[in-house]
Amino acid sequence: MTTEAILMMAVAMVIIWGGLIVSILALRARPESADLPPGGEDDHREDAGIIEHDT
Amino acid sequence: MTWFDSTANDPEAVGLVSTDKTTAAPREQFTGQVGFILSAVGSAVGLGNIWRFPGVAYENGGGAFLVPYLVALLTAGIPILFLDYALGHRFRGGAPQAFRRVKGWLEGLGWFQVMICVLIAVYYAAVVAWAASFFVYSFGLDWGDDPEAFFFGEHLQLPKSAGVDTVLTFDFVAAVLIPLVLVWVAVIAVLAAGVVRGVQRANVVFIPLLIVAFIALVVRALTLDGAVDGLNLLFTPNWSALGDPNVWIAAYGQIFFSLSVAFGIMITYASYRRRRSNMSGPGLVVAFSNSGFELLAGLGVFAAIGFLAADAGMAVADLSIAGVGLAFVTFPAIVSEMPAGAFFGALFFGSLVMAGFTSLVSILQVVSAALQEKFALSRRAATIGLGVVLGTVSVLGFSTTTGLILLDTADAFVNNIGIVASAIFMCVFVIWFYRRGPELRYHLNAVSTFQVGRWWYVCVGAIVPVMLIVMLVQYVITRINEPYEGYDTTYLLFAGWGSVALLVVGAIVFTLPRWRGRDEFAAWPPYPVDTVSEQKGAVR
Repeated sequence: MTTEAILMMAVAMVIIWGGLIVSILALRARPESADLPPGGEDDHREDAGIIEHDT
Repeated sequence: MTWFDSTANDPEAVGLVSTDKTTAAPREQFTGQVGFILSAVGSAVGLGNIWRFPGVAYENGGGAFLVPYLVALLTAGIPILFLDYALGHRFRGGAPQAFRRVKGWLEGLGWFQVMICVLIAVYYAAVVAWAASFFVYSFGLDWGDDPEAFFFGEHLQLPKSAGVDTVLTFDFVAAVLIPLVLVWVAVIAVLAAGVVRGVQRANVVFIPLLIVAFIALVVRALTLDGAVDGLNLLFTPNWSALGDPNVWIAAYGQIFFSLSVAFGIMITYASYRRRRSNMSGPGLVVAFSNSGFELLAGLGVFAAIGFLAADAGMAVADLSIAGVGLAFVTFPAIVSEMPAGAFFGALFFGSLVMAGFTSLVSILQVVSAALQEKFALSRRAATIGLGVVLGTVSVLGFSTTTGLILLDTADAFVNNIGIVASAIFMCVFVIWFYRRGPELRYHLNAVSTFQVGRWWYVCVGAIVPVMLIVMLVQYVITRINEPYEGYDTTYLLFAGWGSVALLVVGAIVFTLPRWRGRDEFAAWPPYPVDTVSEQKGAVR
């Protein structure tokens, strides 16, 4: 491979796969937000339109 | 499922047990972050990643394409993905429900997106079925010395000349029909089992398997003679391409089409996450996984093409390097030439089946969710109903000798006009017209670890709509001036423009019926500015 091609391949790998690794590590370090507003416990009345006949 | 799933075993937290006293069934929910991410990756990683990206990159500047590609990922891909997530997660519904909660009449945009999924599903299933057939053929290298004649002639039995009478027949081909029926049965079984036991489980099994199989495939390809020449072709930068606006449009198009955004899927999947859950953090993982898989596909495809070119003494210009031609003609040729080809072929077609199947599941979940919510259908009723109707249409249209022509035409028009228009409408109405950008950004930031800055408004309010409007106008002008693939113009009027018309008609027809029951929905967390009462008033 030419030096130019190797360089572009390496840059692509570092940015894209590196970005993937960094985003996974960041999510593992802080899976959920620590200061969520109160409320938001799942309240199923929002789904009052859906009736599950077969469960 | 151990990572972040502290609540995975709590039936109440995962939505299996209702906490309210009404008769409503609980909304289905992914069990946690891993299930959601794998499902979203399963949707985003599809056939386009494997057979579209390598060819687009090669033809648009090689290594230099990386620049517009990354710019497009950051300024369009991730911002629209966040827009979809915010809409689905805040307004907790499939596309019609979510848009209706933004503004009543926008429900029509939701149905437009559902119709896109309907059309895509009927032909996408056919491609998955071809890949499944080729998975079986690869064990015996059944395509012999002439994969092109085998695919078009023996497998699809495509008529040789393209005239009016040869573009549409109802001569069924058993080798296509049987796998296609099986694909529909499998996908309906997955959807009927529900979000957790069907969709999530299929993705938790298939996506890790896909990644392992595909990495094995790429490693094998990279060790072939000539692989280096292939990579040279892909990565040697042509810097002058950066001055060409079409290269930038191609980059935005690639990011846009491969992420599965703006046609309801990510809205629907996000609506199955608990309210108190991180959205933008997983969104980044999904976006980078999608691009990461594309890069992997680029390496594998071009290493293999380099091998074939060296081995058969062919020029790359003479080979199909994208789409159906790459998968079903060039790859079988590569497999025939290499040692232990059958294994390599099975890995490639197995990967195509898994990538395609998980995307097909997500496409149909959009339709299923919309039908369940609007018509108060049970999951099983909605799934079986849509499966019978769409499965029949799919089998009638695409297991005949002319299935490929119809597929090619519908795909071009639905993607380049339907999805692009859908994204433009989203930006124009949600961001410009109804000014929901600040509320949606507030929502993402309130629940997520990764904070979305004001740059997001610039992306979804200006960069994305401007790029997509340019793409759309350019495409429509091209299609008016030259018939797609030189097909008959009357045929294109029905199959191509007719598909687009069907999207609009379907959107209107499904918007008209009344919703069952009152919508007592209140978005959480309440937006600080007094929009909560406005929202309540917006929906009946």
